[in-house]
Amino acid sequence: MMPFKLVLLWTDGLLWLLLALVGLYVWRVRRHEHLLQPWRRLSRSRSGVASAVILLAFVAVGVLDSLHFRLPLEKQAGGVVRHYSPEVLSVFDLLVGPLRKQPEKTYSAPFATQLYAKETIELPGGRQLRDYPRLKYGGAHLADPAGEQAGDIAATALEGGAWALVAGWGATLALVLWLARRRRISPGAAWSLVRHGRDEIPWRTFLGTVGMLILFACLAAAFSAKYHIFGTDKVGQDVFYLTLKSIRTGLMIGTLTTLVMLPFALLLGIMAGYFRGWVDDVIQYVYTTLNSIPGVLLIAAAVLILQVYMDSNQELFDTVAARADIRLLFLCIILGITSWTGLCRLLRGETLKLGEMEFVQAATAFGVGHFRIIARHILPNVMHIVLISIVLDFSGLVLAEAVLSYVGVGVDPTMQSWGNMINGARLEMAREPMVWWSLAAAFVFMFVLVLSANLFSDRVRDAFDPRMK
Amino acid sequence: MLEVNNLKTWLDAGKTQVRAVDGVSFAINRNETFALLGESGCGKSMTALSIMRLLPEAGRIVAGSVNLDGQDLLELPEIAMRTVRGKRIAMIFQEPMTSLNPVLTVGRQIAETLYRHTALRGDAARVRVLELLDAVGIPDAQVRYHDYPFQFSGGMKQRVMIAIALACEPDLLIADEPTTALDVTIQAQVLELLRKLQREHGMAVLLITHDLGVVSEMAHRVAVMYAGEMVETAERGEFFANPRHPYTRKLFASLPGAVRRGEPLETMRGNVPPLDSDFVGCRFAGRCDFAWRRCGEEAPEWSEVAPGHAVRCHLVGSGAANSPLCKRGAGGDFSGANIRDTVEIPPNPPLQRGEFCSTRQPSSQEQSCVHRLALKGREAAPEQRERPVPLLDVCDLKIHFPIRKGLLKRVAGHVYAVDGVSLAIGCGRTLALVGESGCGKTTVGKGILQLIRPTGGSVRFAGEELTQLKGAALRARRADFQIVFQDPYSSLDPRMRIADILEEGMISLGTASPPAARQASVDSLLQQVGLSPESKYRYPHEFSGGQRQRVAIARALAVKPKLLVCDEPTSALDVSVQAQILNLLRGLQDDLGLAYLFITHNLAVVEYFAHEVAVMYLGRIVERGSVEEVMHAPRHPYTRALLSAVPVIETGSKREVIRLSGDLPSPSNPPRGCHFHPRCPHVMPVCRLNYPAATGFSATHSARCYLYGENRENGGGI
Repeated sequence: MMPFKLVLLWTDGLLWLLLALVGLYVWRVRRHEHLLQPWRRLSRSRSGVASAVILLAFVAVGVLDSLHFRLPLEKQAGGVVRHYSPEVLSVFDLLVGPLRKQPEKTYSAPFATQLYAKETIELPGGRQLRDYPRLKYGGAHLADPAGEQAGDIAATALEGGAWALVAGWGATLALVLWLARRRRISPGAAWSLVRHGRDEIPWRTFLGTVGMLILFACLAAAFSAKYHIFGTDKVGQDVFYLTLKSIRTGLMIGTLTTLVMLPFALLLGIMAGYFRGWVDDVIQYVYTTLNSIPGVLLIAAAVLILQVYMDSNQELFDTVAARADIRLLFLCIILGITSWTGLCRLLRGETLKLGEMEFVQAATAFGVGHFRIIARHILPNVMHIVLISIVLDFSGLVLAEAVLSYVGVGVDPTMQSWGNMINGARLEMAREPMVWWSLAAAFVFMFVLVLSANLFSDRVRDAFDPRMK
Repeated sequence: MLEVNNLKTWLDAGKTQVRAVDGVSFAINRNETFALLGESGCGKSMTALSIMRLLPEAGRIVAGSVNLDGQDLLELPEIAMRTVRGKRIAMIFQEPMTSLNPVLTVGRQIAETLYRHTALRGDAARVRVLELLDAVGIPDAQVRYHDYPFQFSGGMKQRVMIAIALACEPDLLIADEPTTALDVTIQAQVLELLRKLQREHGMAVLLITHDLGVVSEMAHRVAVMYAGEMVETAERGEFFANPRHPYTRKLFASLPGAVRRGEPLETMRGNVPPLDSDFVGCRFAGRCDFAWRRCGEEAPEWSEVAPGHAVRCHLVGSGAANSPLCKRGAGGDFSGANIRDTVEIPPNPPLQRGEFCSTRQPSSQEQSCVHRLALKGREAAPEQRERPVPLLDVCDLKIHFPIRKGLLKRVAGHVYAVDGVSLAIGCGRTLALVGESGCGKTTVGKGILQLIRPTGGSVRFAGEELTQLKGAALRARRADFQIVFQDPYSSLDPRMRIADILEEGMISLGTASPPAARQASVDSLLQQVGLSPESKYRYPHEFSGGQRQRVAIARALAVKPKLLVCDEPTSALDVSVQAQILNLLRGLQDDLGLAYLFITHNLAVVEYFAHEVAVMYLGRIVERGSVEEVMHAPRHPYTRALLSAVPVIETGSKREVIRLSGDLPSPSNPPRGCHFHPRCPHVMPVCRLNYPAATGFSATHSARCYLYGENRENGGGI
């Protein structure tokens, strides 16, 4: 019997489906040289490689965070039926164990050793003192924080740096050996290829980005064993942990919403532009109508209906995570349904233009069917618009999530998300003294994710345009 | 007055420098028209923009001087340059559709220049604008002052552009392909206007064009540009009588026309060399048939062959006596003779012509629609009865587009794009469909191919009615007729490889089904159109315009059609490339027995290429006949005007140009009676009442006009 119980949440399932589709695509591309070409081109661009590495790191965190399971309860009296903890964990939670298990009482600043709020401390002599109490975990190993902290931080940084150096050289070595094997050259030749940037793939950029990620990971690992590097939030949870957990929520909202929205936008937009006439009229009326209803209203209505359904069918959702997850899924679906109109309108316009192009007419003259014309001629030629608007929407969706959390119809309050963090920051910023670190942490991570997604999609668009050299 | 010295303009293109203009010198005097002639990409427009200092972001002038009345424009600060532009030098651009601001009335756009450069304000400026509108021949200037550009036709817009350019009576007018986007009849009007204005104002004109005909009508002096530098300059008469540079000669020789009918046109091999490299020898050497050792080693200097006539060529310069040509004794005349044709079409086994095209006796019912029309009211001669049934027989084709208005999209009217066209094409024949833009020629082509479903009439292909065919039955027929489009840039999907483009039709129509067979036929098709089979893995953007057009032709041939509709296949191409494509099409017709419906507005091409001609005006065919009949003995006043408006290269007598007033009327509201009557110089009362019936002049030649035949009697009677 397994020592744990696998939990497959809805969004997990969809994520795995998506990954399977990507895998299928990769398999197909690897077998066809001309499909491989654009990706080769992509691998030659510096910003493409760098942003791909960062995106992959984000995706890796998101994927690790999507392997859910429940641990058995400790107290087992040898009964036949095993009982599992109601808490759903992910592989990622295990990896970052201490972050999760070291809650403070309330706010504390990054690298602080004391709480951010004064409390009445009871001194050994029975006297009472109103001061900032020491943190339970953050810097707890220090006897005299004021005197020792600077030295400890430097030592920890050195330790982290050393680890990063080792890991970085390890990565370089692995790359050189792999390259030597693949190109069938000596490791020395492979090394000089990488070192002088003579290969067509910018390995130095690749290693630089990987090195930076490793450095960040090592430093974060070294420090977060002793401190809260991004501080703690109102209930004392480590903000760094929350931010990392939010990656999955952000990716889910970005990708699943797009997955829901794309079929509508692509199908209806292209149909309207290609077939024109009454098809166009009907689709235009639909999206004009949908557009004129405030999106928040629709979303609020849908989420509230779901809430009512969940409340009346509690037996369907055995854990808090399952409830939060189904809410996330619904949010993605409803966001998808309300947000396809913009892309649809763009695609309709572009298809109207393409439909007049002579290569489409030439295909018609060959008796090529409508479906094939759309698949072979229209779709590839509108893909750049799709790509750009997906990425632009991605950041918009993450922000929309924040706005919806504000209204109270966003993701479940128990679910970590940048939206919830930003929403919380609303009160924190108004506080005196101000609590800035949750907002800053959410901002930095969102910024890096959205920026690298933007850069990456830009490169992808260039690489897939045969006119670009 | 204007003197350009050793002008060099380079464009930054990533790592390299494109030397768009590389040492150009010329001078223009007052009252003179100086024509800069050359093919696309040779630096004509860049020269003009350099003079105006309106270069694109990447461009910069690296050397040279531009002196306007002794003042070097390149030295001026930008703020001083702004007083030169518009006031002393004005420019007209090629595309009148995009050079006017669509949200301002034309009056305001003309006044803008006046406000900038003169002290005229308010009513005075308004009066001046009205004067200008009058001067450029826009009727009802008072009313049109307040009209927006979309309310003007192309020719009218170009007149407005000219009015803007002339507003401050500039010393120099730069006209960058001023009539390329216009129809011949409109072109004749605009050229006449430019000549008139030049006479009145005594300004200098720098005319940039690729059209030898326009040069011959307009220019006093001519300079030929090639690959960023000038290669020949001469007075107009001398230039046309005695061109000396091999490039110029090739340009002349590649012009299609009646004289060269039946023989292949001369073409140049290769392409214009890339301008980002250093040139050691002559830039034309790689394409020149007379290149010898010296051409590759030493750049030729100017050598004067006659007063005012200079050439950059080693063949005429000093030391030309050493050239192999002279040794061979060919003398100075090196045209004709040993000229290789670049289009090498490998001999093909003659295609199995379809059963239909084999000789076959038609029954009387199968008599084509056109012949029935032509023979109406006449005794059908027996030999005419025995004519074979044409491959394509179009009878009374009508294509009307509904105009919808209002919330419920009610039909408010129709655009009568094609309104009763009948034509017939026999196997292996070429029918040219001629007319101005907007007359419905392209719509006819698409209607025949069933790309646009006709509103009425019949299209019979090899005896089968196409308009009734649907779905699979029509698809099965589609292999027999294909189309080649005008613009090779938009007719190939930029995201498909050449092999995929060529395969598409084969897959769709099920010819050559195993993939290996398809690949083999892709290879042979590419060879057939003069491209190498290796090019099939490349994308369209890697090819030049002419090569793309070859790919487009190969795509059409992939399904082994019997009829090819060529919709202006050469109008987007340069003259020398046009010659290659025409040679290719001719060769294919000889080898494969293709029939062409050749839609064009270029009458020289028609004379060279077609067997029969049909002239279209506003959705109807006004005259048809064999090419000799229509081109040499035109009957319909429109055909005559069209033919006379074509600028021709001539050195001798001035022909009389029939000027048509006004523009093509709107096809949504055609004039009552004969559609041509508002512009016809011979209009009679009867013309305003009914559309004339066809009058036959011979078995093949007929026209629809009241001037002839029974129509005349009827006309006289009313």
